Amino acid sequence: MSTVINETAQYITFKLGGELFAINVGQVREVLEISQITRVPTAPGYMRGVVNVRGRAIPVVDLRMKFGLPKASDTVNSRVVVMELELDGETTVVGGIADSVHEVIELEPGQINPPPRIAMRWRTELIQGMGRRGDEFIIILDIAAVFSSDDIALVESATEAAAAT
Amino acid sequence: MSQPNPVNTFLLEAGDLLGQIEEIVLDVDAASPDPEDINRLFRAFHTIKGSGAMFGFDDVAAFTHHVETALDQVREGSLKLSSELLEVVLAAKDQIKTLLDAAQGEAAVVPGSGEKIIEELAALTGHGGATAATSTPAAAKPAAADVLPRQTFRIRFRPDRALMVSGTNPVSLLNELRELGECTVVAKTDAIPPLGEIQADQIYFSWEITLTTGRGQNAIKDVFIFVEDGSELSIEPVAALPIPDEPRKTAPEPTLAEAARFGDLAPAGRASALKKPPTKDATVRVPSEKLDRLVNLVGELVMNQSRLSQVASRFNEADLDVPVEEIERLVSELRDSVLGIRMMPIGTTFNRFKRLVHDLSTELGKEIHLVTEGAETELDKTVLDQLGDPLVHLIRNSLDHGIEAVDVREQRGKPRQGTIRLAAVHTGSNVVVTIQDDGQGLDTAAIRAKAVEKKLATPDANLSEKEVFNLIFLPGFSTAKAITSVSGRGVGMDVVKRQIDALRGTVSIASEVGKGTTISLTLPLTLAIIDGLLVEIGDDQFIVPMSVVTENVELRRSDRARNNGRNVVAVRGDLIPYIHLREMFGQEEGEPEIEKIVIVRHEDQRVGLVDDRVLGSHQTVIQSLSRFYRNIEIVSGATIMGDGRVALILDLAGVVRSAATISKQLQEISV
Repeated sequence: MSTVINETAQYITFKLGGELFAINVGQVREVLEISQITRVPTAPGYMRGVVNVRGRAIPVVDLRMKFGLPKASDTVNSRVVVMELELDGETTVVGGIADSVHEVIELEPGQINPPPRIAMRWRTELIQGMGRRGDEFIIILDIAAVFSSDDIALVESATEAAAAT
Repeated sequence: MSQPNPVNTFLLEAGDLLGQIEEIVLDVDAASPDPEDINRLFRAFHTIKGSGAMFGFDDVAAFTHHVETALDQVREGSLKLSSELLEVVLAAKDQIKTLLDAAQGEAAVVPGSGEKIIEELAALTGHGGATAATSTPAAAKPAAADVLPRQTFRIRFRPDRALMVSGTNPVSLLNELRELGECTVVAKTDAIPPLGEIQADQIYFSWEITLTTGRGQNAIKDVFIFVEDGSELSIEPVAALPIPDEPRKTAPEPTLAEAARFGDLAPAGRASALKKPPTKDATVRVPSEKLDRLVNLVGELVMNQSRLSQVASRFNEADLDVPVEEIERLVSELRDSVLGIRMMPIGTTFNRFKRLVHDLSTELGKEIHLVTEGAETELDKTVLDQLGDPLVHLIRNSLDHGIEAVDVREQRGKPRQGTIRLAAVHTGSNVVVTIQDDGQGLDTAAIRAKAVEKKLATPDANLSEKEVFNLIFLPGFSTAKAITSVSGRGVGMDVVKRQIDALRGTVSIASEVGKGTTISLTLPLTLAIIDGLLVEIGDDQFIVPMSVVTENVELRRSDRARNNGRNVVAVRGDLIPYIHLREMFGQEEGEPEIEKIVIVRHEDQRVGLVDDRVLGSHQTVIQSLSRFYRNIEIVSGATIMGDGRVALILDLAGVVRSAATISKQLQEISV
């Protein structure tokens, strides 16, 4: 279930595989260039490792892989979005690698539509709504819900596969 | 700096005192009590009553008064101590706790519970409950209950200047003294500053008091019990001298004649008595957040110091090296002292269990005696805080499943009274806590049958005794035939195991049927900073906790080939199995010709960890890995290195477990 958005809020937008996503700025602590990531052996592939963010070891997640998108190598535009999330009542800091991070935008509730129930590649329960910016659609994520589970793909087909098992 | 809230200070102190009361009640021998124990008990209640009234906890004061009265009778010998009385005192202690909690909105008082305790007390002391209940605390104390030969004391009292700020009026203390016997009070005005410097809320007076009383020195000490900290107080007995009758009121000003007489009373002792307040181990209460912050800061300091050392070694400048080395020494000392502050004796936790065993054995109709050893063993507070729950669980298990009912014990020729031994001892950088009972022991056949029934093991599995015992740590395992309120809902030992794992500790079981069970918890002293050995695999750096490292040896590629692919290495004649970390971590390329094996101790055996290079020892400030890595068993934490990189701390038990799983999988594939 997604929360209804009824307040004007600021969102930070980033790209993954050509699709534009947005997260509420309140959940984002900072955006960093990719520095040396220490791999954690035996961890699942989407867990890229840990990085030193001002003296704290912060886990870094490959958002492409976490969302079930095809893997891609990092580019000069790749960024680590450091997020502070409330997961199971516990404040957790986690970094997510995005193909590129764009801008902070303000969206009014009127500019946001509820996620369409059909004809969506994405799992609607992880999406708060669909925003619009010019010709482009922006997928507003319920990022805490995305990270609440250990292994979710955001892409619908992957869910079906998971449900079948 | 903010003033500590005196009410909070009272609550903290009351909590301590209640703990003390419980400890004494559970320890004291009802038949022949140590008079000092009774005194301590009395004083604890007296303090709670007094400060309770001072800070507006009138219900607490009124209630405590009844207990105090009864104990006073015991102290004077007019009432005999009995186990019934001790039970009531224990109940009263709980009642006070509830009253205090209720005042903070944390608990609700059961109506009538206090009255019931008071009635029980009255029945035991032979006093009318109703009249006692209506009397006020202040009026209660009989003024002339002389129990000791009358003696004269000289009391010098210079209160803490800020005494009134904390809500104490020195005049009431003096009035209390007057109730003890014949009393002369002389106010000293020598420390009063010029008018312009006087602050209205400060006390500049000090007093010299001569008191003749039959209540003994302890009674005088009781009066000053709340104000000792920060005040100068000396109480000395004076050789019997006729004290002229004085009107019972404060002399407005000391006259010359009086001053001279005081001089005569104890000419020799005077100078020394005024020079310094009575020495006493001063303790400071500090909120634990402040301590945690200090530990974090020291952690960062250690980290930056190692970065500094690294930079300095690059410059190779003698002028720089000397201060850097000095800082290294200071930081390491600072680290030890700060971590030392957080170390607390495990005894405080043990005391909780005395009560637990006392209550539960009554409930279960068993006779069980708890013996504690090594209460002074110190552990980091964070470890200690998280140790309580698992220990409660283990002790409950011993009480419920371990120790047999009285009749069964007699049939088996065991003493009626079962014993649970709770012990803590230091071994190296660990503390081992053991819970030992002399009960029926673990029944391996029953455990095995249960595990098969629960599909936790296969019927034909060839398990050693140790492996069978370890089955009880699996989730969903419980051998209790009936679910009791004490234990047994199948959520037991697996939770204990998880909690101990989270503390970087290990659990092991030894048991003999009919003789009893011993469970040992091995815990690290601290969770914050450890000595580590830094090793490198490829470009990644890892920390092996130094506490388990025994030695390092070399491994040549030619040696590996010679052992037919078996991962063992000969070290001075012993064959030691090793785990090839590079293979485990899936790093195939760049294997060096000569690798290093770090030999570590793991559960009584030696295991080698193969890595590329050993870089040396490293002060490791442990950071926990986030929830995202909670399923990664080979790594227990991370640390930031001097150059800003992150190194992972290897979890030896996890690495060994993981290696066993991998080799099992390989075997299955090859079959």
